[in-house]
Amino acid sequence: MNLELDVHLRRASLQLDVQLTVAAGDTVAIVGRHGAGKSSLLAAIAGLLPLERGRVALGAQVFDAGPAAPFVLPEARRAGVMFQDLLLFPHRSALDNVAFGPRVRGVGREQALALANEWLVRVGVGDRAQALPSALSGGQAQRVALARALANEPQLLLLDEPLSAVDASARLALRRDLRAHLDAFAGPRLLVTHDAVDAFALADRIAVLEAGRIVQAGPVAEICSRPRSRYVADLVGLNFLRGECAAGRLRVEGGGELVVSQAPDGAVLATVHPRAIALYRSRPDGTPRNVWSAEIVALEAAGDRVRVRLGGALPLVAEVTPLAIAELQLGVGGTVWVALKATEIAVFPA
Amino acid sequence: MTTLRGPVRWLIGVPAAAAVLLFALPLFGILLRMPWSRLGEQLMSPAVHDAMRLSLLSSCSALALAVALGLPLAIWLASGRSALRTVARIIVMLPIVLPPVVGGIALLLAFGRAGIVGSWLDSTFGVTLPFSTAGATLAATYIGMPFFVLAVEAGLRAFDRRYLAAAATLGAGPVRRFVTVTLPMIRPSLQAGALLCWARALGEFCATQTFAGNLQGSTRTLPLACGVAMESDPELAIVLSLILSSVSIVVLFLLRQRWLAPR
Repeated sequence: MNLELDVHLRRASLQLDVQLTVAAGDTVAIVGRHGAGKSSLLAAIAGLLPLERGRVALGAQVFDAGPAAPFVLPEARRAGVMFQDLLLFPHRSALDNVAFGPRVRGVGREQALALANEWLVRVGVGDRAQALPSALSGGQAQRVALARALANEPQLLLLDEPLSAVDASARLALRRDLRAHLDAFAGPRLLVTHDAVDAFALADRIAVLEAGRIVQAGPVAEICSRPRSRYVADLVGLNFLRGECAAGRLRVEGGGELVVSQAPDGAVLATVHPRAIALYRSRPDGTPRNVWSAEIVALEAAGDRVRVRLGGALPLVAEVTPLAIAELQLGVGGTVWVALKATEIAVFPA
Repeated sequence: MTTLRGPVRWLIGVPAAAAVLLFALPLFGILLRMPWSRLGEQLMSPAVHDAMRLSLLSSCSALALAVALGLPLAIWLASGRSALRTVARIIVMLPIVLPPVVGGIALLLAFGRAGIVGSWLDSTFGVTLPFSTAGATLAATYIGMPFFVLAVEAGLRAFDRRYLAAAATLGAGPVRRFVTVTLPMIRPSLQAGALLCWARALGEFCATQTFAGNLQGSTRTLPLACGVAMESDPELAIVLSLILSSVSIVVLFLLRQRWLAPR
């Protein structure tokens, strides 16, 4: 069952016009700045905002097709929503929050509580079942909210900034667990985020939203490596690397090795900002720990900058000014020296 | 709050103490003049029993009416902003500031035997509200219900409706959302409103006497009995005053978290 969106609606000063299909079993990350319309899009899918025109359909079920057509109320859409502010019911324990959906669907009290408990254990907060939301940490509350969405046997998942309320240390673990839960869910999955790393780690595809419109959409690797505008480049135009880390050295998938600083051992995900990669005509002196020469595969304009695509074992993208291109006399097929400080490589456990 | 020091301490402390005394002395008066030895005997008199029964009946019925009519009213008032709502709110809140005797006269003109609605009630159903317990209840509702509506509307306005959206996505329809999310989340307002409403209904004196009269057994509630006793049996009046003060103190104690706790 694919989720098919053709959303047109107006909200305050924002005109939202989005066409997007999310396949069952696919995770799409909606990435955009604050006010780009990400949350409004989720609200329209959940049935909390009616369309002005267009269509929201899940398989053969048409949820909304404008004011003239029948409108399926949110309570009948069976969308598992994780709100940005979570909105856990403050007067109910974690367990009762999760049992709410099953109870509404008519599951008996004992059975609903057992089911809720099972979900709390599954998301890793089985020991907090009796706690009120106010007593939960940010990460725990986020997990309870996820369990509440999943326990209701939704047809699709809508997650609004699912990692926003979590501190950095809890974030890594939660991101990993969230990925596992997303993968285990059979329906379409849509998540909203402003964080490129979250999008890369959690989603299969990215749709970049700017001022109510999708400016670029496609597989994660493509969007991150080939952003078509400055806006997209700034949001998600990072170099992402997967690999194994041991003793301060990162062996990148597909060959290549980089010296990194303060990195955990084991499977990791690393990001390098394109502007952190320096290019030289001759081998540079100085302190960078990673220096190698590479062929220039392509030059792409992204706003007022040029993205230099490098070949070889480390297919990174560097971002420089057009002036630098001229001064370095860079051209496709030429060779440059590449320097990358170990401290510019951000490494996360994968 | 900063600690008061130096001469300011006296400048503030003396009038503050005087203010407390203003309220504490009458309470002491009741306790000091209380005929403790004859307390049991006084409480056993049929007149006191009648008044207690009537007071409980009329104040509890008033509360029930306030909830049944006032909750929907509060929901409507809180559901938006319009000139009609503003006018309705002013009318409903009027009894809070209106001299109760005026309320009683107004009730009489509307629901009395010759009143706008009263004459119709009388001729169609043979129902007369004045001089009946129903009349006493109506007067108590008229005085008490605004407090319930006021508190509940404030609670509903402060309530974050996004929780309803969350409940909707979990499959809950409007009735279920109201019962399982809205009501529990505005419970402090409901409790405060109900307590204030009931306490005001219980203490209602002037509107009841003007509208429903002062008949033992049908409209003479505790405050009315208290007023009557003041002229014939002052000792009894003191006993009844003690009962009413005790109830009020209990009500304030129950409200303490919401109204009396320093923030």
